[in-house]
Amino acid sequence: MAASRFAVTRGPLELGRLVELVSLRPDEGATTPGAVATFLGLVRDRNLGRRVHHLEYEAHEALARRAFQRIDEEARGHWPGVVLAIHHRVGRLEIGDASVAIAAGSTHRAEAFAACRYAIERVKQIAPIWKHEVFDGGDVWIEGATADPDDEAARAEAMRRACA
Amino acid sequence: MRVRIRLFARLRDLAGAEELARDAAAGATVADVWAALVREYPALEPHGRTVSAAVNDDYAPMRRLVEDGDEVAFLPPVSGGRR
Repeated sequence: MAASRFAVTRGPLELGRLVELVSLRPDEGATTPGAVATFLGLVRDRNLGRRVHHLEYEAHEALARRAFQRIDEEARGHWPGVVLAIHHRVGRLEIGDASVAIAAGSTHRAEAFAACRYAIERVKQIAPIWKHEVFDGGDVWIEGATADPDDEAARAEAMRRACA
Repeated sequence: MRVRIRLFARLRDLAGAEELARDAAAGATVADVWAALVREYPALEPHGRTVSAAVNDDYAPMRRLVEDGDEVAFLPPVSGGRR
């Protein structure tokens, strides 16, 4: 399992590991978090009325790690002291498998919950990760919006959702 | 000069190629690299409006100048998901 807070991995995600990564602060003198909020995204068995058989995730791995790091910096800019861990799995995933895991550590719970929500919204917007859905009767690439980390409207929308 | 091109997801499927090495003229931009690619693989043409790019593992605008040895990645819209 990856030791880094930002990882793209072929193996199963371990949420407990992410919690450790945001709880044990290596930097001397830093404040220990009083709260950790977590998110786990799972492969659904149905999508747009289709019965999903499995998913194949693909990433530009180096760019994805940088995107995760950028999201961490954005979050810290808004909630000072927040620390994020973001891991995404790639390869073939079965129904119920975790595809993305996020942990947000903060001094207090309000910031931890908000930063966690912000992180998943931003992952969906700017992480270079693609999902190929194999369903009963066919297969399809799932595509959303063009990834643009500098799109301020998208970032504002992620912040709005985080603070709703 | 020579650049390395990487294609992902649907773009890779359409071109039937994952990694390519191609010549580019001095002063070429990412957009020029894409245009040359579309001439070679016309199936990519409709995706020019939604493609984004990364140079050497960092997001880059299409107007960015490329340099010899650069890795230019073309990315279809990411999987997103509104809910």
